[in-house]
Amino acid sequence: MNLFMTLVLALTTFLPQQAQQQDDKARQGTYAITNARIETVANGTIENGTVVIEGDRIIAVGENVAIPESARVIDGSGLHIYPGMIDSGTSLGLTEVGSVAETNDTREIGDINPHMDALTAVNPNAIAIPVTRVSGVTTVIAEPSGGLLPGTAAMINLFGYTAEQMTAGAKSVIVQFPAEPSGDRPWWAQEGPDRRQERYRNNMAKLNEVFDRAVLYNQIVSAYEADPTGKERPVYAPEMDALRPVLSGEVSLMVKVNAADDIVKAIAWVQEREFPNVVFSGVNEGWRVADRLAEAGIPVLVGPILATPTRSSDRYDRAYANAGLLSEAGVSVALRSGESENVRQLPFNAGFAATYGMGKEAALRAVTLGPAEIFGIDADYGSIEVGKKANLFVSDGDPFETSTNILALFIDGFNVPIDSRHLDLYQEFLNRDEGRLQPVEILPADN
Amino acid sequence: MNNTIRLFLIALLTVGFLTSDAHAQDVLVRNATVLTVTNGTLQNTDILIRDGIIAQIGSGLRAPRGAEDVDATGKFVMPGIIDAHAHIALSSVNEGTSPVTAEVSMEDVTNPYSLGIYRASAGGVTVSHIMHGSANVIGGQNETIKHRWGATDPDDIRFDGAPRTIKFALGENPTRVHGRRASGGSGAIVPATRMGVEQVLRSAFENGKRYMEAWDAYNAEASTNPRAVPPVWNERLEVMADILRGEILIHCHSYRADEIVMLTRVLGDYGVDRITFQHANEAFKVAPELAEFGAHASVFSDWWSYKFEVYYSTSYNAAILMRNGVVTSINSDSAELNRHLYHEAAKSQRYGGLTDDEALSMITINPAIQLGIQDRVGSIEIGKDGDIAIFEGHPLSIYTIPVLTYVDGVKVFDRENDADDMRVDVDPSAEVGQYEGQVTGRDHMHSHEEVADLMSFFQSVADVDLPHAHTLND
Repeated sequence: MNLFMTLVLALTTFLPQQAQQQDDKARQGTYAITNARIETVANGTIENGTVVIEGDRIIAVGENVAIPESARVIDGSGLHIYPGMIDSGTSLGLTEVGSVAETNDTREIGDINPHMDALTAVNPNAIAIPVTRVSGVTTVIAEPSGGLLPGTAAMINLFGYTAEQMTAGAKSVIVQFPAEPSGDRPWWAQEGPDRRQERYRNNMAKLNEVFDRAVLYNQIVSAYEADPTGKERPVYAPEMDALRPVLSGEVSLMVKVNAADDIVKAIAWVQEREFPNVVFSGVNEGWRVADRLAEAGIPVLVGPILATPTRSSDRYDRAYANAGLLSEAGVSVALRSGESENVRQLPFNAGFAATYGMGKEAALRAVTLGPAEIFGIDADYGSIEVGKKANLFVSDGDPFETSTNILALFIDGFNVPIDSRHLDLYQEFLNRDEGRLQPVEILPADN
Repeated sequence: MNNTIRLFLIALLTVGFLTSDAHAQDVLVRNATVLTVTNGTLQNTDILIRDGIIAQIGSGLRAPRGAEDVDATGKFVMPGIIDAHAHIALSSVNEGTSPVTAEVSMEDVTNPYSLGIYRASAGGVTVSHIMHGSANVIGGQNETIKHRWGATDPDDIRFDGAPRTIKFALGENPTRVHGRRASGGSGAIVPATRMGVEQVLRSAFENGKRYMEAWDAYNAEASTNPRAVPPVWNERLEVMADILRGEILIHCHSYRADEIVMLTRVLGDYGVDRITFQHANEAFKVAPELAEFGAHASVFSDWWSYKFEVYYSTSYNAAILMRNGVVTSINSDSAELNRHLYHEAAKSQRYGGLTDDEALSMITINPAIQLGIQDRVGSIEIGKDGDIAIFEGHPLSIYTIPVLTYVDGVKVFDRENDADDMRVDVDPSAEVGQYEGQVTGRDHMHSHEEVADLMSFFQSVADVDLPHAHTLND
């Protein structure tokens, strides 16, 4: 289906049957999407059913559902409903133009920045946000980067005008786990092996020191909070304060780690320190140590899937197959695109993972309910179930397929218009001069 | 493992690989769905490749003695994919020392050992246009190669008979490298602006034209006057003269609409008409002008916003260009993206609703036209080279898997039977299977710099600190 047909269909299909809106504002209300194939993810597929949305929630799902009188009815005949997809690793909203430093808010000064909160710096009006959500990705983790503890990542919904409106409730403190350099000096290395080893040891020592101090700080502050009588108030240390919920497990620790040896070391490290709530992110070589990860019971945020193998000696499709191999080993897997402006590639990353061993069902789960469970927001997100947030989309097919169009989109119950700058430019320039009566000739430059 | 044994095993593997099919260029592919690109889709069809050339297309074809027999029942066959913009198989990319370096050539730095060739073949790619970088307004000459994996002589992977091409570059990259060097301080030279870029081009063309005229005058005079004095030989101007003579096709790195139209004006003034705008993220804004000029475009599927000049982009670029009659291809510019160009092309169905044939043409016959090799490759037709890619599932589906790739009737990729480690050169002192980190399309768009800076990129893989650089390689 070409875009014009799609738009015509979207207009005719989705014009509300009552109280027609002339503008294209996202609105909450009562909506019923009828006669659609519903991919609930939590409870299988409903071949011909209805989803009713009221306010920010799904209030009914099923084959025989009473449609409230006030509902705007969207005829979903021949169409599909999916839960909004979740990308478990992006820098969306933190960066606008890659090479323009002033538009990048991913990296703060210093190495130890767990108190730097991504939610603060997400620009709700970043041009890439609408470009992303029209692909069916409704929710992403936005991550700071750089240094040993780059900051606190935030799960955000891709509609809203303030941090409060966008937050999806989950945060995660990132640790960039130091990568041990191999014994040889690789061809690209500017430093000898000794210097690289030294830097690695320093980083590991620093990381351990940070968490030793955090434990101590937590003890001192907790004791003071329990009973301040006769105690001097502890000095405020913001980076230590930010680690307290990690130690308690209230906030997860997101350990970024990729090489097989480093993954093994990271498993030992988090076990030794008894962090109650840990996820690994990246995990490019997870397949090499999948059993170890499964045994440790650590969930992984895998990706990008569309990537080269990590070693020249590896099979060409290892990165495609990684997520499937981990899943097969029994590891809880969610997918991440690692993107900023191109988070819309998440469904294609999932499609490649599905093709190279993971299967469609597991891949869909890894971009919906899987990450919602990993981040403890599955009461609200990740599937089409009564009581959950209305984060879902309507499509004319499988959202991983490139030929599929997303026709309607709900985030927090808002019926968000299918619009973005990329679509606007398309509509303006496809037949650019059709409004012009006299063509203008190209003149030679020396005119 | 002992190094000697390891080397021996590697040598054994290599020899085994090289001798298995290297001279058997007869293949019968039976009972496939054939996506010819130029002549529709043929069901239950056989293709016979003889001596590396497509000899017959039909049903019930019989294999000559010794031909490889491929049962492709339920599979899809398409022409070998052509990547009009790659930097694989090169030992250096950017001669970033002067705004004009027409004299250098990728011919001199072609590296047949590059694993990128095999990995691209594993995505059905059989031809790559390996290009000079974008540091200079007029960069070096490019090379068109065939993915004859296993060859060790650079000459053995060249696409014989492919026209010469040259890299131009407009916009941020040449202005940053030359005009904004040391923040516009010491060593900075023209161009620092898009005005300067135009004047660099005009000077180069004018000097090339005068040089050509001086030689023409000398050659005319020399036939009657043995004492005629030839002009001073200048390799750079020789190349400019060859461009003016129409012997070298221009492939120009460009992004903004205004600079694209500027170059068509300059070329128009000098009577040069064969130009492909590479990347050309804003080409959609001047699609009617490009169609009118007869200029081509080779674009990304959806990459944008990695630098300011691609901020006002749209993933519908390719579709708008195609619908306005511009010969358009989708390229990779990346050793990751070139492994799934079929997927990059397929995105034009979401972004603009192109038909299957239109989408496939952008990675086959259209890039062939842009490289001047459309009589040899780019479609499945009798008489064309035996470059084919076989897929499990339709190549435009996200669930497709490339399974076999042939170049000149020689199998270069076989998903079922290839070893994991397909390197043909291994440094005996290197640790086997060393972790290098994975590379994505994004890495290329956002993080690479020219070769000198490539070092710091790889350094970053191992370290905590990531540099914030961006691409000149594109």
